[in-house]
Amino acid sequence: MDADTLGMWTFLITEVLFFGGMFAAYAVYREMFPLAFAATSEFMNVKIGAANTAVLICSSLTMAMAVRSAQISKTSHLIRYLFGTLFFGTIFLVVKAFEYHAKYVEHLIPGPNFHPDNLAPQFMHNAQILFFLYFCMTGMHAVHMIVGVGLLTFLIIMAYRNAYNEHYFAPVEMIGLYWHFVDIVWIFLFPLLYLIGHWHW
Amino acid sequence: MSSNASANSHVHIPKVGTLIAVFVTLIVLTFVTAEVATFDLGELNVIVALGIACTKATLVAWIFMGVRYTSQLTKLFCVAGLVFLSILLLITFSDYSTRHWTYHARPWATNPSLGTSK
Amino acid sequence: MATTYQPTTTEAAAEEPVNYLNVEHGWKSWLFTTDHKRIALLYLFSITLMFITGGAFAILVRLHLTQPQGLFSPETYNRLFTMHGVVMIFFFLVPSIPATLGNFLLPIMIGAKDLAFPRINLLSWYLYMGGALFAIFAVARGGVDTGWTFYAPYSTTYSNSYVLTAAMGAFFAGFSSITTGLNFIVTVHKMRAPGMNWMRMPLMVWANYATGLIQILGTPVVAIALVLVGIERVMHVGIFDPNVGGDPILFQHIFWFYSHPAVYIMILPGMGVISEVIACFSRKRPFGYEFIAASSMGIAILGFLVWGHHMFVTGQSVYTGIVFSFLTFFVAVPSAVKVFNWTATMYKGSVTFESPMLYAFAFIGLFTIGGLTGLYLSTMATDVALHGTYFVVAHFHFVMVGGMVVAFLAGLHFWWPKICGRMYSEPWAKFAALLIFAGFNLTFLPQFVLGYLGMPRRYAAYPPEFQVLNVLSTAGASILGIAFFIPMIYLTYAWFYGPKVGPNPWQAKGLEWTIQSPPTTFNFDQTPTVTEEAYNYGPREENYVA
Repeated sequence: MDADTLGMWTFLITEVLFFGGMFAAYAVYREMFPLAFAATSEFMNVKIGAANTAVLICSSLTMAMAVRSAQISKTSHLIRYLFGTLFFGTIFLVVKAFEYHAKYVEHLIPGPNFHPDNLAPQFMHNAQILFFLYFCMTGMHAVHMIVGVGLLTFLIIMAYRNAYNEHYFAPVEMIGLYWHFVDIVWIFLFPLLYLIGHWHW
Repeated sequence: MSSNASANSHVHIPKVGTLIAVFVTLIVLTFVTAEVATFDLGELNVIVALGIACTKATLVAWIFMGVRYTSQLTKLFCVAGLVFLSILLLITFSDYSTRHWTYHARPWATNPSLGTSK
Repeated sequence: MATTYQPTTTEAAAEEPVNYLNVEHGWKSWLFTTDHKRIALLYLFSITLMFITGGAFAILVRLHLTQPQGLFSPETYNRLFTMHGVVMIFFFLVPSIPATLGNFLLPIMIGAKDLAFPRINLLSWYLYMGGALFAIFAVARGGVDTGWTFYAPYSTTYSNSYVLTAAMGAFFAGFSSITTGLNFIVTVHKMRAPGMNWMRMPLMVWANYATGLIQILGTPVVAIALVLVGIERVMHVGIFDPNVGGDPILFQHIFWFYSHPAVYIMILPGMGVISEVIACFSRKRPFGYEFIAASSMGIAILGFLVWGHHMFVTGQSVYTGIVFSFLTFFVAVPSAVKVFNWTATMYKGSVTFESPMLYAFAFIGLFTIGGLTGLYLSTMATDVALHGTYFVVAHFHFVMVGGMVVAFLAGLHFWWPKICGRMYSEPWAKFAALLIFAGFNLTFLPQFVLGYLGMPRRYAAYPPEFQVLNVLSTAGASILGIAFFIPMIYLTYAWFYGPKVGPNPWQAKGLEWTIQSPPTTFNFDQTPTVTEEAYNYGPREENYVA
């Protein structure tokens, strides 16, 4: 494995620790206020969250197929799968934008206007911490997705110029690693933020 | 920029079937984790949810990211990142879970009618 | 460095061989360079400026402390010591050796043409400069008063100073650090010359590699801590606010998870330098080379397990404190291993006392004192009395200034002939070394006593009975401040007017001494093949031509 991919893996380790700090904050507060956290689950739309998770998994599949296409010098397939990944990634971000907007409308953004309906008053403060973590963690994740979308666009442009083939596909592989990592972060965010309490179909 | 030409001999090209199998597994597990959350299993809910998440993450890393076929060094790097993350999580967590051994337990954690707001 | 007179090619060839300094001229060739050696010099310039800035704050702090009621207002004093800490730690100590000497030497020491990612190397300098601009801006607008540790809830809720700006400065400096570490790690893994296996690498490389590991594992966590403080400050959400159930100690956990390993980022490269200097000036292979290499890795790993020793009295669980205290005793062991090995290296070696070696001697003594006093702080019972006092201040200045800055100076002197091709004035160097040693001890030894007697740190006023010791400390600081300028002067002078030297004025071993001084842009004409063990020292040759 060459220097580029080792460099990307090293960078991903820094990302593990970066998100890890927020996971630590989440773990601590959930342990301190389990009931308040569970009470927030009625404000999370599990179906949308699950659907978005599926969307990201699809994007991971297309990304893996894209890397594979580069490895066997099939540029047309590469471009197709990169577009597919871009498509799924964009869907994810659009859905997220709608979710954030819904939270805004329901007064769930932490700060002076934080006012969830039907939440037991003794949980008000601690629920605010959960929502802060929700926005912080999914927001940081979304920023990484947006960067990923930018990187994919770069790859598509370069692929159009026939830059990648079986002798040289390192950038595709590296950006693939980054994309999968962002998917892994969401795989953990989904149960931790959406499935804290119990929900019903 | 470096080339992969010299690495060509040991580049592993994944089979499409494998990728699709992993994809389907991941989708199914997503459904399962959402479904399990509809039942009240107490403490077990978190454990199952995190267990499923770890399984999904491992599948993505092992197959999609290709860790399965990488060098020992890469595997070591992955493990190292996780080890240090767990150091952060475990020791910080141990502070909070052992704090109340020396002062009174926090009744608001289990009594729904109490809260921390004034 | 730009000259107005450009000699023609033939003239230049007759006068001076092409090297990385004269190969190109003009500001663009410096600001857009990807040559690791030029980037090292860019860093050297910037961190020297930041060192002077941080030092200016230190002088103001010490001036204030000559009076029991202080010279400035308490609010001003809070800003002075905070900016001293922020600038010195994030903008001087953390980058210091890795970004300058490490950048310059690492590729050469393993036989490579450059680092693995030269453009990312340049990016790291720009990230550093961006962070430095934020910090300078914060200073210009009145500074921060939270202490360099940015503890919540003061930093998040109550402080009226430029916390966000300073935090962003530290954030960018952190990413500069991460990219440097990433570059070093990949370079050491992937770019060693044929025959340069792990156990033939110079200890300087081992030290910078271990430092890189800490940089990539720890810095992201403090990045998140600063982001959370920033968001909390802007949105007042409550994550660290006890009024709404948040916990300020959580901030401390996330902060110190990086900031403790950060002190090992600061000291490990210095230890690498000392290993090189002692080997050369004892004419001997470092005793227990494998153990010194292993101890660098040990310090890097163990350093992540001890952060709670900064939090014994702030409210964390006593049981967690016990675990941290226990683990902290362990992390002293690899450092001690190094000190014993350096001393054993000198035993039955052929020791001479050139200026780099004087600094190395100072390092061993001062670092040992600093390290041993750390044990009083890692013992929970004594820490209860000593936490937050000048004992702590003295402890960390002994390891950071008496250790790290001294090592930095040792390295700068040792490799200066390689960097610029000229030798500095040895008498001035010896004088400066002794003056620094004297000034340092006068500054910080009284502070151990002050701490033991109970004087708190970060307080703008103190009881009158402590004044004598404080004045002694300030006198020492004045001497130290002047003494630090002396090397800046004669090293700069030597750069332009010093006598030229050949590739190996010290008769040292190591790949960097086999190439010309200053090196060419790509270091080696041909990639070397390494056949001998590192530090293949023998006695000095009588009529050696450097």
